[in-house]
Amino acid sequence: MHIPDGFLTPNAWVPTWAIAIGWISYCLKKTRAILNDKTIPLMGVMSAFIFAAQMVNFPIAGGTSGHLLGGVLAGVLLGPYAGSLVIAVVLTTQCLIFQDGGLTALGANIVNMSLIGTGGGYLIYKLLNSSLPGAVGKKIGIIAASWFSVLLAATACSLELAFSGTIPLKVVLTAMVGVHAFIGIGEAIITFLVLSYVLKVRADLVYSYQLVEVSHE
Amino acid sequence: MNKRDILIGLGIALLVAMILSPFASPHPDGLERVAEDNGFLEKGEVEPIVYSPIPDYTFPGIHNEKVATAAAGIAGTLLVFVLGYGLAKVLKIK
Repeated sequence: MHIPDGFLTPNAWVPTWAIAIGWISYCLKKTRAILNDKTIPLMGVMSAFIFAAQMVNFPIAGGTSGHLLGGVLAGVLLGPYAGSLVIAVVLTTQCLIFQDGGLTALGANIVNMSLIGTGGGYLIYKLLNSSLPGAVGKKIGIIAASWFSVLLAATACSLELAFSGTIPLKVVLTAMVGVHAFIGIGEAIITFLVLSYVLKVRADLVYSYQLVEVSHE
Repeated sequence: MNKRDILIGLGIALLVAMILSPFASPHPDGLERVAEDNGFLEKGEVEPIVYSPIPDYTFPGIHNEKVATAAAGIAGTLLVFVLGYGLAKVLKIK
């Protein structure tokens, strides 16, 4: 979902850059407060894993592929702020080193996948988690939040494209939501499998679980 | 997170980059598909604003496409690991 240069006009990419800078600044401030000896290396490891996983496009119907965005994965493991920073580090590296996503569109890509995909995805996870208690609730929360995070990011991307006059909103929204409804299934499966593995081997590393631990002490 | 955990985590990421990424689906992704179907894909074919050392995840100078992708994957995975770790370290110091 990385928007290249040329898809967005300045009236879309300038404001999204401003929102992205605001979001990153806020995340830096919030992350500083929660960093500990566990989360510092985990930010490196998660950046590495999400970058690697984003390279592995999986096929969906109609000669189209998708790949993990990793917003909910990073958000549940590191919390929404550090998780958003990890996604922003990955997006910036992809843009500057690998020509994946444009420099003018980097702000929009950060808004879509870091602010909305990670921050928004985490919010959905939290809401579902508190309304559906227990281990089953957590699982449903992870799966549903992953799927919705992709859909929401695709919706934001559609709005930016339409705002740029690149394509009418109705056309792009239908097409983007249609294809990402399938890509979101892949996102949910990968996120669920990876989080299940981490929860099994090192549950103490998971941000939302650490909060539970702290409140019990 | 001790040294062993870090190495395991980074090792898994490197394995994904090295072994899985060369076999990734070559089909266009969701956004590219929508752009192609609706005739605005060529809008994105502008001159890049910045010079990217490893464009399109293909490590320059390696002729075998799968090896070039794996090499790009390893380089990128190590780079973002250092950047993510480094950012967290800097944030903690300040």
